[in-house]
Amino acid sequence: MIKLTINGKQQQLDVDPDMPLLWAIRDHAGLTGTKYGCGMSLCGACTVHLDGKAVRSCIIPVSEAEGRKVTTIEGLDTAAGVAVQAAWKKLDVVQCGYCQSGQIMAATVLLTWNSNPSDADINAAMSGNICRCGTYARIRAAIKAAARTMG
Amino acid sequence: MHYKQTVMISRRLFLMRSTAVGAGLTLGMFLPGGGSAEPAAATPVGAGPGKAGGAVVDEPRFVPNAFVRIGADDRVTVIIKHLEMGQGTYTGLATLVAEELDAAWSQIDVEGAPADAAIYNNLFWGKLQGTGGSTAMANSFEQMRHAGAVARYMLVAAAARQWQVPADEIEVRDGVLRHAYGGQSGFGALAGAAAQEAVPETVFLKDPEQFRLIGTRVPRKDSQAKINGSALFTMDVRLPGMLTALVAYPPRFGARLDTYITHKARRMPGVEDLVFIPAGVAVLARDFWSASKGRDALQLTWDESEAFKLGSVEIEAQYRKLAERPGKLARGEGDAGGALQAADKRLVATIAFPYLAHAAMEPMNCVMQRTPDGVEIWNGEQSQTTDQEAVAKVFGIAPKQVKINMLYAGGSFGRRANPDSDYLVETATIVKAIKGRAPVKLVRTREDDMRAGYYRPLYVHRIEAGLDAAGNPVAWQQRIVGQSIAAGTGFEGALVKDGVDVTSVEGAANMPYAIPNFRLELHSPRQPVPVQWWRSVGSSHTAFAVETFIDRLASVAGKDPVEFRRNLLQDHPRHLGVLELAAEKAGWDTPLPAGRGRGIAVHESFNSFVAQVAEVTVHEDRSFSVDRVVIAVDCGIAVNPDVIRAQMEGGMAFGLSAALHSELTLEKGRVVQSNFHDYEVLRLEQMPAVEVHIVASVQPPTGVGEPATPVIAPAVANALSAVTGHWFDRLPLQLPA
Repeated sequence: MIKLTINGKQQQLDVDPDMPLLWAIRDHAGLTGTKYGCGMSLCGACTVHLDGKAVRSCIIPVSEAEGRKVTTIEGLDTAAGVAVQAAWKKLDVVQCGYCQSGQIMAATVLLTWNSNPSDADINAAMSGNICRCGTYARIRAAIKAAARTMG
Repeated sequence: MHYKQTVMISRRLFLMRSTAVGAGLTLGMFLPGGGSAEPAAATPVGAGPGKAGGAVVDEPRFVPNAFVRIGADDRVTVIIKHLEMGQGTYTGLATLVAEELDAAWSQIDVEGAPADAAIYNNLFWGKLQGTGGSTAMANSFEQMRHAGAVARYMLVAAAARQWQVPADEIEVRDGVLRHAYGGQSGFGALAGAAAQEAVPETVFLKDPEQFRLIGTRVPRKDSQAKINGSALFTMDVRLPGMLTALVAYPPRFGARLDTYITHKARRMPGVEDLVFIPAGVAVLARDFWSASKGRDALQLTWDESEAFKLGSVEIEAQYRKLAERPGKLARGEGDAGGALQAADKRLVATIAFPYLAHAAMEPMNCVMQRTPDGVEIWNGEQSQTTDQEAVAKVFGIAPKQVKINMLYAGGSFGRRANPDSDYLVETATIVKAIKGRAPVKLVRTREDDMRAGYYRPLYVHRIEAGLDAAGNPVAWQQRIVGQSIAAGTGFEGALVKDGVDVTSVEGAANMPYAIPNFRLELHSPRQPVPVQWWRSVGSSHTAFAVETFIDRLASVAGKDPVEFRRNLLQDHPRHLGVLELAAEKAGWDTPLPAGRGRGIAVHESFNSFVAQVAEVTVHEDRSFSVDRVVIAVDCGIAVNPDVIRAQMEGGMAFGLSAALHSELTLEKGRVVQSNFHDYEVLRLEQMPAVEVHIVASVQPPTGVGEPATPVIAPAVANALSAVTGHWFDRLPLQLPA
């Protein structure tokens, strides 16, 4: 049994300790907002927060997350997270939407630590998150818009 | 009011109704017995995007036709027959209904349509239901407006009866019906009464100057669910008892399973079954991870005696030889050969394009279960009718027994409209092999998705052209070599004409430049490499070949690329319009510092016209960046300008991936690339600043999903050529050291 705290809720999951956190979240905790895209930490679709840091859940064994705070898109409720989601909506960033949970989770961590990110900061924080629909220009604009609303 | 009758401006719709589909469409548009009031059923899991376990509304509702449902709660549900794979169809098509219904945008909900081609066929595709070719808006423009207008008419008729006032004195705005003396009402309060009204035989559609929603930015209907994680993709579907299946595929196309040891895999925790299917060996488990470990534990050998063993290098070499020989005529005017001989200057180039993977963010996957009535599927469904037929064939049932629940698709770029219904048939064979005892979710890993086939074909183009002494092009001879996408599939009859697959030559066959002697030929060699359409299809290669070669000609003629094109496009005002607009907005004539340059390209695809100006910087180490892209588009009436901008931005970015990075290569028949580390795609820091300018138009709307994609590679190549003098003869673009 693996004990996890996901979005503030304690759960016991009967899973292989080597199972990537991604699949524990999706297949066993039943939270499907976090996506599978590559399984190799190459695309960022599986980004979640582990103790407030953005991590790729597809390569982290679920056992490593024991005793730590896991936040998924479903539980995103910080000021930065709310601002990012509002900016995403205002600018209609999404297209197919499959990568956007990961994009939002990554952008939220950026804005949590850096309230006024430069283009270079945004590049550094977001270059690991692929969007095949090419919403990148709006992602950049939305991060800046969210930063403005957070003052 | 200046309403026009539907039948007068809806010539296409009218013709379709009276000829091609006849009663089917009429019945679809007007459900038998006219409107109906019926209690809503519970929404089954996955019946509409984000609708899993949706609320049960046990109240009368108004269902004037197959596209609109109005509840007593004032909610208007628009049923969308096209897949939402990112291009904004759910927003755009709902806008059309809301416009003619005079509904408030906030009261509109959307729902994916079931698979039923008698009602929900693509009007451009005869009896087929499906999404592609950037047709969703174009084929629905009048159909969806008509559906909204019918609903409005019946609501007004019901209000007129209740209020005892003339119908034409009732105003409808933002979801409220009003009469100066009669009163006012929302749609919901009239839903039951409206359902009793007769369905009108003709309705009036608005003139463009009366549009309130069309032409404005209304927010996307799918934004909220896609930013909070609740949007339901096929990958997210969970059914009671469902098993996840991963398939071990052969290492080469055409290889067959030879020996197998499966007991280790069967014993892995969580693994519940293992079946042999034509595609490979399927491991079924209680979750993805168990299926993955089970698959890893298989010990398989493959008989590769009949497998395909050529590499991309050998294929390209074959194609280059073929390009030197005459092919099947795709278009011809004048005497290209004679005019080439007589030309003052001749120029020739051979240009190669690699295989490309679609690499949608959601790898292909499908959920399917056997039901007492047939089969039920959950899928981001792009080709309902052909998929129904293919799956029905596996089970030996009728296509109408194949029920498809429409979900959001995590990208497609053509991939999900597979001529062989590949991943659906694969799922069906697994469900059949386990005798339907459990629902199955087939999941392809990223590696499977990239290596199990279906690519944009590898192409080689040979172009030779001649200029007269004044620098005017007088002859153009182009040969295209590459696999036919349609040959041997159910689409062959529609897409292969006189041996020429139109998808191989589109974008070259309609090359707009005024060149008196023109000859386009095609070779379609067969290879066992599975191929299919990839965003913008033929234009994904033809636009590059034509537009970079035009720049070469302009250079030899000593003319500015915009001026050179302008002179040759005098009979093509819409090409000219976007060309001029993009050049003007980009400041084409203003100088750039050393090391920087601009390139332009213009191309028509799917009846939309796009020009792009790319600005590049070439660094001292010969690396380069694309700094800015200015896009002009003429797609007729701009139903939602912001969605159009998004498609121009994103379509361009998709093309830029292939221009800069992506290449799927075969070595001895094996696919080299497997994931995003070696199949590279555009990342955020490489996204140029982009601006989009939309040509004002009253022409019927045309597609926007694809037309931006093919234009960027030639625009960037032309910009790099302008800076360096190097001409490119392959994609992805690489500057020689």
